[in-house]
Amino acid sequence: MRITCPYCGERDRREFYYRGAAVDLDRPAPDAGGEAWDDFVYQRENPAGPIRELWFHEGGCGAWIVVTRNTVTHEMIDVQLASEVKA
Amino acid sequence: MRVDGKGLIDRTRSIPFVFDGVSYNGYAGDTLASALLANGVRLMGRSFKYHRPRGVLTAGSEEPNALVTVGMGAGQEPNVRATMQEIYPGLDARSQNRWPSLNFDVMGINDLAAPFLGAGFYYKTFMWPKSFWEKLYEPVIRRAAGLGALSGEDNPDKYESAYAFCDLLVIGAGPAGLMAALVAGRAGADVILVDENSRVGGRLLAETYEIDGKPGPVWVDEVLAELAVMDNVRIMTRTTVAGAYDQGTFAALERVLHHTDRRPNGAPIETYLRIVAKRSILAAGALERPIAFRDNDRPGIMTAGAVRAYLNRWGVSPGNNVTIFGNTDDIHRTARDLLDAGVHIAAVIDSRHDAPLSDDYEVLRGAQVCGSSGRKGLESITVRRPSGEDRIHTDCLAMTGGWNPSVHLTCHMNGRPVWKRDIEAFVPISGAVPGMVTAGACSGSFSTAACLRQGVEAAEAALGDLSLKAPKTAMPQAEDTPYEISQLWAVPGKGRAWLDFQNDVTVKDIKQAATENFRSVEHMKRYTTQGMATDQGKNSNVTALAILADATGRGISETGTTTFRPPYSPIAIAALGAGAEGKGFKPQRFATSHKATVARQAPLIEAGLWYRPSYFPEKAETTWRQSCDREVNMVRQAVGVCDVSTLGKIDIQGPDAGAILDFVYANMFSTLKVGRTRYGLMLREDGFVMDDGTTARLGETHYLMTTTTAAAGDVMKHLEFAHQGLRPDLDVSFTSVTEQWAQFAVAGPKSRELLNDLLDSAIDDESWPFMACGPISVLGVQGRLFRISFSGEHAYEIAVPARYGASLFDILTERAQALGGGLYGMEALNVLRIEKGFITHSEIHGRTTAYDIGMGRMVSQKKDCIGKTMSERPGLEGSGRERLVGLKPIGESRELLAGAHLYNEEAEPVRINDQGYLTSVCYSPTLETMLGLGFLADGPDRYGAIVKMVDHLRGVTTLCEVVNPVFFDPEGGRVRG
Amino acid sequence: MRFSGLRVLKEGLTGNKGWAPHWREPEPKSEYDIVIIGGGGHGLSTAYYLAKEHGLTNIAVLEKGYIGGGNIGRNTTIVRANYFLQGNSEFYSHSLKLWEGLEEDLNYNVMHSQRGIINLFHSDGQRDAAARRGNMMISQGDDAILLNRDELRRMLPYLNFDDLRFPLYGGLYHPRGGTARHDAVAWGYARGADQRGVDLIQNCEVAGIDIENGVVRGVQTSRGPIRAKKVAMVAAGRSGQVAAMAGMRLPIESHVLQAFVTEGLKPCLDHVVTFGMGHFYISQSDKGGLVFGGDLDFYASYAARGNLPTVESVMEAGMTLMPMIGKARVLRSWGGIMDMTPDGSPIIDRTDIEGLYMNCGWNYGGFKAVPGSGNVFAHLIATDRYHENATGFRLDRFRTGNGIIDEEGKGSQHNLH
Repeated sequence: MRITCPYCGERDRREFYYRGAAVDLDRPAPDAGGEAWDDFVYQRENPAGPIRELWFHEGGCGAWIVVTRNTVTHEMIDVQLASEVKA
Repeated sequence: MRVDGKGLIDRTRSIPFVFDGVSYNGYAGDTLASALLANGVRLMGRSFKYHRPRGVLTAGSEEPNALVTVGMGAGQEPNVRATMQEIYPGLDARSQNRWPSLNFDVMGINDLAAPFLGAGFYYKTFMWPKSFWEKLYEPVIRRAAGLGALSGEDNPDKYESAYAFCDLLVIGAGPAGLMAALVAGRAGADVILVDENSRVGGRLLAETYEIDGKPGPVWVDEVLAELAVMDNVRIMTRTTVAGAYDQGTFAALERVLHHTDRRPNGAPIETYLRIVAKRSILAAGALERPIAFRDNDRPGIMTAGAVRAYLNRWGVSPGNNVTIFGNTDDIHRTARDLLDAGVHIAAVIDSRHDAPLSDDYEVLRGAQVCGSSGRKGLESITVRRPSGEDRIHTDCLAMTGGWNPSVHLTCHMNGRPVWKRDIEAFVPISGAVPGMVTAGACSGSFSTAACLRQGVEAAEAALGDLSLKAPKTAMPQAEDTPYEISQLWAVPGKGRAWLDFQNDVTVKDIKQAATENFRSVEHMKRYTTQGMATDQGKNSNVTALAILADATGRGISETGTTTFRPPYSPIAIAALGAGAEGKGFKPQRFATSHKATVARQAPLIEAGLWYRPSYFPEKAETTWRQSCDREVNMVRQAVGVCDVSTLGKIDIQGPDAGAILDFVYANMFSTLKVGRTRYGLMLREDGFVMDDGTTARLGETHYLMTTTTAAAGDVMKHLEFAHQGLRPDLDVSFTSVTEQWAQFAVAGPKSRELLNDLLDSAIDDESWPFMACGPISVLGVQGRLFRISFSGEHAYEIAVPARYGASLFDILTERAQALGGGLYGMEALNVLRIEKGFITHSEIHGRTTAYDIGMGRMVSQKKDCIGKTMSERPGLEGSGRERLVGLKPIGESRELLAGAHLYNEEAEPVRINDQGYLTSVCYSPTLETMLGLGFLADGPDRYGAIVKMVDHLRGVTTLCEVVNPVFFDPEGGRVRG
Repeated sequence: MRFSGLRVLKEGLTGNKGWAPHWREPEPKSEYDIVIIGGGGHGLSTAYYLAKEHGLTNIAVLEKGYIGGGNIGRNTTIVRANYFLQGNSEFYSHSLKLWEGLEEDLNYNVMHSQRGIINLFHSDGQRDAAARRGNMMISQGDDAILLNRDELRRMLPYLNFDDLRFPLYGGLYHPRGGTARHDAVAWGYARGADQRGVDLIQNCEVAGIDIENGVVRGVQTSRGPIRAKKVAMVAAGRSGQVAAMAGMRLPIESHVLQAFVTEGLKPCLDHVVTFGMGHFYISQSDKGGLVFGGDLDFYASYAARGNLPTVESVMEAGMTLMPMIGKARVLRSWGGIMDMTPDGSPIIDRTDIEGLYMNCGWNYGGFKAVPGSGNVFAHLIATDRYHENATGFRLDRFRTGNGIIDEEGKGSQHNLH
């Protein structure tokens, strides 16, 4: 598997750490309530198809990136910096 | 039998080798199979279940029968295909899965019991009496099963792994692959051409085709000569592409030294390659199918393609009196080749009623072979014609049931091949592996001209994708015979007709599976073991599923195939795991004090990837406890020195450094004064404790965080995520400086005395109170000093750039000794912290909350932080939770054991009465008793109560008093000096 | 038809003509008392125990492909009861007891072989954790023995005792642990359920779950609508998609786990050995293949195939731990889809929809749970009460924080369990 880091270019999957769905970027307010927090920490859409997910270029530049990838075919569709997605 | 004038072997070089203890000679270029056939040896192996005598079926890596063990001793190599093993002087091979000998195999008795050993018989029996399964049935089955044997000793050979990158990977160097490589090479593409054989050419080496009027091998040599001078083309023989993976990644294995007994210094026997290719062309050819008929498994019966390969490539006729049987024109090609070579043909049997006739030999049209005889080698066959059955004496049967394109790699990414009726075979669908196109026989085009043409076309398509210009290519002239086949899977009749030769799966087994309602192709496979042998069904799967389709009244297309999985052909674990032997498994990290530590003969223990000293033995000390107790006393009474460099150190700078720390720590850091250090507790977002450590504020916008040794990497990721993923608005950056600083704990009442001896300006309580930090100069070197303590003593950690670490360690050691102190290791460190009730990852093991470890109030109510909201869930605090306590033995037994569980004094020590467990224990020389830290249900509410520690494993029961976990100096007076 | 050695003998002597289908191939009826979505190990055992222990037989098991085609058809066959947290401990203990009588119960040889499992440890801290585990196992009534280095060496002399990167301190030995023939487990349960009247419907994909006013009414399938009083979702690997049909979202992320088998070899490994530092476990099958695996590929996937980095890390672990297996050749690799939950433990529960039940989230430990899971799930479906050995697998534990069963201690990131 190969991932294109926005800073470093195409690199082997071995350089990256996987965290999970990009829902982790959408942290609720402290008072958002139990359901919102349960959704954020535990519940997952878990789609069979394109998913937005978080990877960390641990063996490279140290960027957290948002990868859009198909979970059925492993096709890489898009990559963005997490910091830019959040900005 | 060797045939004069044929073959690509070097008859000037005779090569001696040994098979089953007998010496033979072959020629350079022979495989073990061809050389044995040349010596008249037909019996080469035994089958898996019935131990039937077997000879070669094929001439390639798909060989199911002729599996041998090569070499002796630790490096013996089991299950080697005789068809792929090139001979070399001294090659020592032997047959396997037989006892006492290949010729006389006691387990051959299984063959007589065959009626009772059909498909799935073992699911229906061996159930009574119950205890006999493990004691009798299974051991007997295990001994009878298996093929070759490992030596049982450590593998002595060397293996390597490597990466390769290219524009275009061409898999297979037959006519299609060679043309593709030639076109792409001429266009300047970076090409890797691989072939599993020892020479390129594919079927061109095994047939008598001409290309541009030249013999196939001559044309191959010309192409090879042109490719050899192209810097942009790499040709790798003896290399098998085993798997296709995402984004153009391929796994391949190069068998570097199996064809020789030479082991040049450092050269690997095999190299595992990860090839990343922008585009790929699969030109893997096709595999010929046997036909199922009664007793079609005797030595001497093989595929027609194999017979031609042995004849044309190796100059061997597998028989003196050959019969040919099949359903395609390959029959006649085989007959012509044999006749040209002067081999006698016993009969030519073509199942097609409209088969072509020949002036040179008789063709039995519309006939079928329906049986054979010859116990350890073919003696005769029975032919069935409308007129009746005849027996024909023969010592070799060349059979062809058509060809199966090698679609395997196109299916590794879940592609499914489609059935092509006109060739009675599965062909790949396009696009199944992104970036890959297929060419030649593997796409279902069997003529030489079509292979050459498709090779060119595939290369042109790839070059287009690579934005390279394809040169004009003159198409070589070659045969373009149409492929005609009439369906013939199995010849009807009684008896056993083999499909999966190695696993002994017969037509009857497939039919029985269908009868028992194992009708899905996957059920059939699993029930009968069809296709699960070392060839993974390459020789038999398509035929088996055709028979299943017939038995279940479905079409082949509807029946479908089982799943093709990597690897295409098996790869040694040692190759895939190359480099990991022994210490190579993971990196080793050494602190700057490592050499001095080793010199003092301190036993080392692993801490993550680091090595740390367990204790520093002194003369006359015979047990670790003596050393440990001494080191603890030394710290409590004088001064101890300990290398703590392995702790994670993260440099945090920026105007918002305080803000991000407030966000990642449960407690407050933005209010910390410059020049001060604070203990910090870090939570995961789910509210449980993640890590702890101290963080120092070195400047207005500059902090230095320490983490535990094990969690350093995780904390770094966590910080970067908190910043980039959650708070990119904050202006802050993180740098791991773990390796840049050597850091030593100096602990004990004389710690300041020791330091003041070295510091360029002395410190005192006023300038360096408890938790102070800042820059210092030590013997002229700029460093940092932190007044922090993990022992409860007046203590410091002094840090210098790593290049001074070794030197400072020696000086600190010497000075400490002069003050009646010395070095201490992890054992003493652990005792010191348990005496003080300090936690490590034994306590914050991922299932404990701040509340559980008595730090609930540290979670600041003045701010949000990661984990705060979820830590307030009802289940994570409040009554019933197991919480940190201290435990002291009070009864007869004084022994405490980490991992023991806690129960109420009178309760039976069973799960439902479980009250908690011990996480850390030590003998405290300070308090002269064992001490334990543990988690106990509502523990802090039970100080003074008695609980029972039970260790079932080690048979220890100890009554304990529940106490505050801070056993020693609870007021904390010592740390303030 | 009852299976026995005598029957095999008789059939052998009479040309093996008398064998009958292991199970029928019925057309789906328009209505059942209970519809089970998923004909894998857990679905089949659920049907079996509903029929056997609760007398409920008007049941259909709906399978979109072939029965036993899920993770029970592709795993490393390990059977054990060596958990250390309440909630897991009693459940797996219950399951192991069912395993121990399974051949007799099913009249099917699933080749359950109690060859013993040894979990290696490599430091004092790991030994303490192993002791905590072993003590829990014994207090639950299971077996555990703490081996020191010398004892370990006597049992597994082929391990790398000389220069392993993480030296061997000892092992936690679970003699009753072992392996079983995975496909046979599915077939045995299928045959047993079928014999008791359960309809096994293959090639029948569920496309929708009918719910009216918060009550389940039936399912829509590729072979038409089927009404049902109760519907049980047991479709690990596709749990999320099935739950979505009922408008539910699950705390599950799907990940691929690879496993490997080598060519057949003469016996060389008697036990199941697990090497935690390398995330590696291995045993040898009765056919002679070394069966082994390691960690997840770590990214969400439904592809049922793996990638090379994990292949290599598994092989590397094997090479450092037991260099003698180097010349064994990997014959086949495969990948299964795991329901990964945020605490690594499963979910067996009712849902907010009346008559709709769920069984999912087995992470990569579902095989050994097959008998226990079906047994306790059948109890829940039949009685609407939790089985006494499965009270801890509630869905709401994540929301409340009550009874999170996190054996790995890794928290809510799904792929770390």
